[in-house]
Amino acid sequence: MSDTSTVQLTAKDFATDQDVRWCPGCGDYSILKQVQSVLPGIGIPRERIAVISGIGCSSRFPYYVNSYGMHSIHGRAPAIVTGLKATRPELSIWVVTGDGDGLSIGGNHLIHLLRRNVNCNLLLFNNQIYGLTKGQYSPTSEAGKVAKSTPLGSVDHPFNPAALALGADASFVARAMDRDPKHLQAMLRRSNDHHGTSFLEIYQNCNIFNDGAFFIFTDKDTKPQHTVFVEQGQPLVFGAQREYALKLDGFKPVPFKHGAEGSLDEAWVHDESDPIKATILARMFDDPRNEGALPRPFGVFFAQTRETYEDALNAQLAAAMNLEGPAHLPTGPGMAFAGGGTGPQKADTADAAPAFLPPELEAELDAELDRTIAGKDTWTVQ
Amino acid sequence: MSESPSAQNGQTAAGESPQSHGREHAQDAQSQERFETRQEVVIKFAGDSGDGMQLTGGQFTNSTALAGHDLATFPDFPAEIRAPVGTLAGVSGFQINFASRPVYTPGDRCDVLVAMNAAALKANLESLEPGGQLILNRDGFDAKNLRLAGYDENPLEGDGLQGYVRHEMDVTRLTRECLKDYELGTKEKDRCKNMFVLGFLYWMYDRPLEPTLDFLDRKFQKLPEVKAANQAVLHAGYAYGDTTETFSTRYRVPKAELEPGTYRSITGNEATGLGLLAASRKSRLPMFLGSYPITPASDILHQLSGFKRFGVRTFQAEDEIAAISAAIGAAFGGHLAVTTTSGPGMALKGEALGLAMMLELPLVVINIQRAGPSTGMPTKTEQADLMQALYGRNGECPMPVLAIHSPSDAFETAYEACRIAVEHMTPVILLSDGYIANGAEPWRFPSAAAMPSIQPRFADPAKLEKAINEDGQFLPYARDERLVRAWAVPGVPDLEHRIGGLEKQADTGNVSYDPDNHENMVKTRAAKIDRIPVADLEIDLGPEEGDVLILGWGSTYGTCRATVRDLLGEGLAVAHAHLRHIRPFPANLGDLMARFRRVIVPEINDGQLVHLIRDRFLIDAVPFNRIKGTPIRKEELAAAVKALIPAAANA
Repeated sequence: MSDTSTVQLTAKDFATDQDVRWCPGCGDYSILKQVQSVLPGIGIPRERIAVISGIGCSSRFPYYVNSYGMHSIHGRAPAIVTGLKATRPELSIWVVTGDGDGLSIGGNHLIHLLRRNVNCNLLLFNNQIYGLTKGQYSPTSEAGKVAKSTPLGSVDHPFNPAALALGADASFVARAMDRDPKHLQAMLRRSNDHHGTSFLEIYQNCNIFNDGAFFIFTDKDTKPQHTVFVEQGQPLVFGAQREYALKLDGFKPVPFKHGAEGSLDEAWVHDESDPIKATILARMFDDPRNEGALPRPFGVFFAQTRETYEDALNAQLAAAMNLEGPAHLPTGPGMAFAGGGTGPQKADTADAAPAFLPPELEAELDAELDRTIAGKDTWTVQ
Repeated sequence: MSESPSAQNGQTAAGESPQSHGREHAQDAQSQERFETRQEVVIKFAGDSGDGMQLTGGQFTNSTALAGHDLATFPDFPAEIRAPVGTLAGVSGFQINFASRPVYTPGDRCDVLVAMNAAALKANLESLEPGGQLILNRDGFDAKNLRLAGYDENPLEGDGLQGYVRHEMDVTRLTRECLKDYELGTKEKDRCKNMFVLGFLYWMYDRPLEPTLDFLDRKFQKLPEVKAANQAVLHAGYAYGDTTETFSTRYRVPKAELEPGTYRSITGNEATGLGLLAASRKSRLPMFLGSYPITPASDILHQLSGFKRFGVRTFQAEDEIAAISAAIGAAFGGHLAVTTTSGPGMALKGEALGLAMMLELPLVVINIQRAGPSTGMPTKTEQADLMQALYGRNGECPMPVLAIHSPSDAFETAYEACRIAVEHMTPVILLSDGYIANGAEPWRFPSAAAMPSIQPRFADPAKLEKAINEDGQFLPYARDERLVRAWAVPGVPDLEHRIGGLEKQADTGNVSYDPDNHENMVKTRAAKIDRIPVADLEIDLGPEEGDVLILGWGSTYGTCRATVRDLLGEGLAVAHAHLRHIRPFPANLGDLMARFRRVIVPEINDGQLVHLIRDRFLIDAVPFNRIKGTPIRKEELAAAVKALIPAAANA
């Protein structure tokens, strides 16, 4: 029996014996690497991490992370996670999805996960294309996209994922890119630290079917002009020399060259707790090829502390069971082996819930079961 | 208006309180009352869907059960919550059959029809026995009601109701009169009129008022005026019977000879929820229900949401798919996972069912069937989802299928479904239907201690034995002699593993496209299900061999049994057996059927089990099908059985 809670793990400990089978050059490799790099440092033992995915290229992710994992069915990972987290709130759950899985077939589950605020980290790999089915347009593909199923160009209007998440009352909305590993790692850590659903959109290059979709944001020549990295309490500045800033004219973001066209004091200072400004950031979604397009924001747009679904549910349960708190709810006999198979009643590592209730409470519930089965009105035949 | 009915009654024996009319003598000369003894009575309450007929029926049922009769009920209501008042579409009915002998069905026809308005009469008159009693609310037969019901002439005035015993009363007017001193609006007063009819029937069948008075105490605890009004009208209805000379006959039904024990009245949905709860307690697995509201399954969600004191988590999902998916998540987490639905929801759950089967996680999926296809007739009953349960998924996707046969059977069958799911690591489909779900009957309930044990097999990192490879790695798909894998839940060190919907290599669970492995896994998963031990099928009623076997499943139970009881009475060699397990079948099913010359399979569908029987056993099983959204009538089934017996058919 290994005691992973005290041994310092490395990224290697989170790799599995399975060959990674994404196309060579796929942006997914970078994301996998950053996740494997971040996981050892979040202070959660490997056995308490679960990676849950749906279907699509990105959804192969669980096979490559050595923890508990489930590669489920198309679009349903958020619903599966809701059931898993409701029953096992102590787990650190990472949902891996894509623009097709999360925004098309699973769009309904995604918005309900966000409004319920189930505590998990949702990584939405956005490559603006269907990769696994070999190149159809996706719900984030730009209008006019010529793809396998749209020889004359797509007539669909695309989703703006960050705006959608904010519209669904997400408590944490952030954006990162596969080609900025350091920033991506920071965003993964922020996602992990947030108590609630962390919605992290990751721009990911599909070099086979949609190569270069985000190059204007990721290439070092164009990145400075076309992106703005937001940081709490800092002014929004961008440009090769960080010579530009954004200010708000009412609700309208206006770029200006600070120093020359105004003081940096006039710049918009980022405040993650402001839902209105977060919406303005999400709406900075211009086609970067257009003249005068605003830079695309990256970073944490919005972070708000709000009660999670499982905390509220389990608080009701604990109150109904007259327990001191949700931490005392039993996890069930499966967790009796968490101590290494030494039998029932053995607790897991110190901060986890017990497998069973104390015997006297179990007996009380058995008696209550008999009363419940009997109901209010009974009669006896001799 | 809170005096007892006898206090308002100057004509009958003084001092008769409702509590004291348990008289033994059959005649009371003073009051001109006669008690007639009946062995079996079927009453149908019918009114507008806002008239409270379901509540009235439920209260009469409770009182009937407490009076010691055997009974069966059949609520029959429209899908519309408030269909246009007074129309045929808005008629809501509740039928109860109670008797001094065992009762198996709510009755083909009724002896007493209560019609609160013209539409209720029109919709139900054909089900009243010739010579039966009609209790009519005259106020429900005004010009507007007659027009809405489509009557050109008032049936109370013509000859159309000759041949029935009519009791006409102005229920609305009498209710308002009774409540004239109450501070309630006319609408609220009119809502009490079902209590008048109930009180009258309590008088007619010599029942105490207390259980309903207590019920009203509880129901309207926070509305004292409404409570008092309902209770006053209940008393008034009782007194009306006592004081009005028109009704001189009252009825007594002797107590039924039930098996000794303690009973309660139970509906199928209630018993299903209790069976799940008992399984959760017995296995010590906390329960998680994922559900999306759908008729007629929602009551189980409501009931389980009230079981938080047992640690039951209920999740009202955004849709049917999320409901089952969340349950799969909970099963992965080591909990007793359940999802409840009806046919259309079952269709939506298909892909997730396949996932649960591939993951080999325990999951109980309950389909309270209703008339389909598509939205069909949501409040009407049907058994047409059997093929869906067995085959309605992509790929070779076997799972156990069990069917509940009556409200009192639901507890045990739901419990059994949980036991199989947990002990054999598989999703299980449990079929019920609208008739079982809402019908009620007496139930000799068990004590939880008497239920068989449920023993999940969790992976124990200290005793992995064969479930470990040479590198010390856990093998999540290693199987025991029953072909069952161990349940390994997140949180346990050293058991980290990945599962998914892709075909997996035996033992390791790693993704595999190997052709031989795929065939092996398909066969192994099927063998795992077919090896689940299932109790032998026994003859429910009738001889062990003979001319005709009625082989049923699900809610046709009562009809099959009652039919056989009647035919045995006629000296025919017929028997009844009823399947709880449809996959796997009981091992002796073929032998049992072979002892009868013919096998007939009654179903409320267009023939589904009969196909399985013919296919599997190569016998000429006879289909008997009715697809009317209502239970099969025993007179029809009896005729079909007789037609299979040359001597009886010629007689």
